[in-house]
Amino acid sequence: MGESSDNNRRKFLDNGLKLSLATIIGSIGLTKLSASLKSGEKPASGKPVELMTTDGRLIEVDSAEVMDMDAHCGHDPNYNVREGIPNRKFVMVIDLAKCKNALKCVQSCNKFHMVTGDNAWLKIHKMKDSQDGAPYWMPRTCMHCDKPACVTVCPVDATFKRRDGLVLIDNERCIGCRFCMAACPYSIRVFNWSEPEQGDTSEITSVLDNGYPSPDYAGMPSKMGTPDKCDFCPHAIKENVLPHCVTACPNGVFYFGDKYEDTVTNGEETLRFKQLLEDKAGYRLLEELGTEPSVYYLPPVDRLVDFEDGMENYNEFMSVEKPE
Amino acid sequence: MKDSLSVIQDLAPRKFGKRGWTWSIFLLVIILAGIIAYVDQIIRGQQVTNMRDYALWGIYISNFVFFVATSFVGSATVAVLRLTNNSWRTPLVRIAEIISLAAIMMAGITIIIDMARPDRLLNLFMYGRLQSPITWDVIIIPTTIALTFLLLYFPILPDLAVLNKFFEKTKPKLSKWYGKLSLGWKGTTRQKVLRMKSIKIIAILIIPVGILLQTIDAWLFSTTYRVGWDSTNMAAYFISGAFVAGLGALISVIYVVRRVRNLEDYITENHFDKLGKYLGLTCLVYLYFNINEYLIPVFTATVEEEIHLNALIFGEYAFLFWFSQIVGLILPLILILFKGGRKPKAMFVIGLMVVLGSWWKRFIIVTPTLLHPFLPIEGVPESWRHYWPSMHEWIITSATLAMALFIITMFIRYLPVVPIQQTIDELNGNPDDDENE
Repeated sequence: MGESSDNNRRKFLDNGLKLSLATIIGSIGLTKLSASLKSGEKPASGKPVELMTTDGRLIEVDSAEVMDMDAHCGHDPNYNVREGIPNRKFVMVIDLAKCKNALKCVQSCNKFHMVTGDNAWLKIHKMKDSQDGAPYWMPRTCMHCDKPACVTVCPVDATFKRRDGLVLIDNERCIGCRFCMAACPYSIRVFNWSEPEQGDTSEITSVLDNGYPSPDYAGMPSKMGTPDKCDFCPHAIKENVLPHCVTACPNGVFYFGDKYEDTVTNGEETLRFKQLLEDKAGYRLLEELGTEPSVYYLPPVDRLVDFEDGMENYNEFMSVEKPE
Repeated sequence: MKDSLSVIQDLAPRKFGKRGWTWSIFLLVIILAGIIAYVDQIIRGQQVTNMRDYALWGIYISNFVFFVATSFVGSATVAVLRLTNNSWRTPLVRIAEIISLAAIMMAGITIIIDMARPDRLLNLFMYGRLQSPITWDVIIIPTTIALTFLLLYFPILPDLAVLNKFFEKTKPKLSKWYGKLSLGWKGTTRQKVLRMKSIKIIAILIIPVGILLQTIDAWLFSTTYRVGWDSTNMAAYFISGAFVAGLGALISVIYVVRRVRNLEDYITENHFDKLGKYLGLTCLVYLYFNINEYLIPVFTATVEEEIHLNALIFGEYAFLFWFSQIVGLILPLILILFKGGRKPKAMFVIGLMVVLGSWWKRFIIVTPTLLHPFLPIEGVPESWRHYWPSMHEWIITSATLAMALFIITMFIRYLPVVPIQQTIDELNGNPDDDENE
C-alpha cells in the first residue's frame, strides 16, 4: 500500500514536470511565431530608395523598410544622461612630445568648469621615469576607464559609467564617503571639502540646458561634501564641440574623438585613431592594473618642444589660480 | 563559601560613588564638546578636518576600524571560549558582551561622522548597490549590532528577575524596570530550554558574523588598487588584530571593574592568568600576520611599495609604526610570557598598551597608504602631502571613545557585570554548562 502511493506520487511529479516543460517550450514557440507574424504585417510599398552604406556602396531598398533613426544630438528628447550618446565611444590621445607645460588646458578647464578649490581636475605632472631618463610634461585628465574602480565601489551609483565611455558623477545623490577617491589609482578626483565659492548660482543655471543641474555639466554648480572630476565635457561633445582642454591647447597635444569612427582630432588635424597609436606607439597609464583607460598617451619621442621651456610655468603647489 | 544572598549583594548594581560621578561627568563633558564640534563640521563642511584630496580618509576611518576590531571581543571570548568549553569565562563574558555592543554601536556612528553628506544617509538604502563594500558594511554592522545585543540580553534575563526581587523593597521603581525587562522570567523549564536554545544559536551565529564583519572591514581597503591595501593578506590580518585589540580592551575594563566593585572573589588572579595566555596566543598570531604584511613584501616590492614601506619603517611614520609594533604587540607578548606579567596589575598595564598600540596601528594602516599614490602629488598646497588630525577631528574622535566608555559605564551601573544566577548555580555545584552564556 505504502509503496504504491509512493509510486503514484512519483508518477504525478514526473508528469507535472513534463507538462511544465512542454508549456515553457510551447510558449517560447508562440512568442516567436507572433513576433514573426507582426514583422510581416508591413506591406512593401513598391517604391525603391537608393541608400549609401557605411562602406560607400549604393544599394536599393523598399521605402517601407526605411525607418527614422534617433539623432545623436543633445536635443534628443530620448537622451539619457546616464546612458550617454548612443553608438559612440569617446577616447582621448595625449601627445607627450608636444607638451611644454603651457598650462592653457588647465586654465581653460578651471574656467569653464568653475573650479574654485585648490586642486585642478586637469593637471600637468612633471615626470621622470628613471634615473637617467629625460624629464617630460604629462597632462593628466580623468582616464574614463572602461573598468572604472571608482564606479565599482560607489555604494549608491552616484558615479556611473555611460555607454559612450564617460564616467560622470551625480553630485545630487553622492553621500560623500570618498571611497571612489580611495579607489582611483590615478588620484584624479577632487573633493569639495567646503562650500564651493562659485558665486551667484543663477549665473550657473542660466548656462544649463533647462536650468537644472545635471552630471552633463560637472561642477555647475559644485556641491559641498561631494567630489568633482574631469568629465570629458559632455555638455560640449553632445553639441559636436571639442572639450575645452583640446581647443585651448596651443600645441595640439590633445586629440579627442570616437573609437568607433576610428577618428581623433586636435582641432587642426584629424587622424585615424588606430593608425596614430600604431605609428607613435601609444600606451595607457598603469595599463597593468587592468582599468582599461579611454585616454592614450604618445611617448615623448622626437620632441617638438624643449622641456626646460615649461619650467617657468611650473608650480609644484598650485594648480588653480586664485583671483587676488 | 558564599551563600546566594551575599552573591547577589556583591554582584547587584550599585549607585555611583564620588569616583563614578566624576568619571561620568568627565565623559559627558567630552561627549558634549564632540557634539558641538560635529555640528560645526556639518555646518562648515569637512574643511574643519585636516583631510584633503590625497589624505581623503583620516582618524574617523582609523577610529572606525578600531571600534570594529574591538567589537570582536564578544565573538572572541563568549563564543570561542564557549565552544571550547572553557568554564573560566563565566565572570568575564558579561563585560565582554557590553564592550562588544558599545564598540559596534560606536563603529556605526563613527562611519556616519566620516560621511560628508550625512543628510543623504537614506540613499544607501534607496540606491544601494551590492557590489560596493560599503553596502556590505551597511548590511553587516546592523546585523552585528542586533546579534550582539541579543547575546547580551538573553543571558541576562534570569539576573534581571533576580534583581527585580532583590530591589523590590529598597528601590521599587528600579525593581519594576528590572521586572519589565526580564520579560516575565520565572525560571520554568520551558523558559530555560527556550533561553538555552536561543543563546546557543546566537553564540554560534556570532562567530561567522564577527569574522565577516572584520573581513568586510578589511575588504574596504583591499578592494582598492592602493599600495599597502591591495593585499590578499588583509582580511586574516584584520581578524588576528581584532582578537588582540578586543582582548586588550577586555583586560583593561575588567581590571577597573574588579577594583571599583571589589570583585576580587569573583574575578580572580587565575582569570587574569588565563586571559594573559589567551592574549599571548593571539599576539603570536598577529605577529605572524604582521611579518607577512610588512617584512615579506620587502623582497618583491615595486617602486611604489618600496616608497610606502620605507616611509613606515624608516621615514615619516617610523615613530608611530614602531610604537604600535613594539608597545602594542612585541612588548606585551614578551611580558606575558612571565608569570609575573600575568598578574592583574601588570595585565592592566599590558591591556592599556595593547589598546593604545591597536588604535595607532589603525592610523598607520589607513593614512600613509593614501599619501603614497601612483602619480606624484602635485599642484596642491604643500600641507596636503602630510596628514595630522585637526582639533575638530581630535575632539570628535575623543567624543566617540568617551561615548563608548560611557555606554560601558552605564551598563556596568545598571546591570550585573558578573552573571548572578550562573554564579549561584556554579556555587551550588550545579553548573549546567549548556545553560551558561
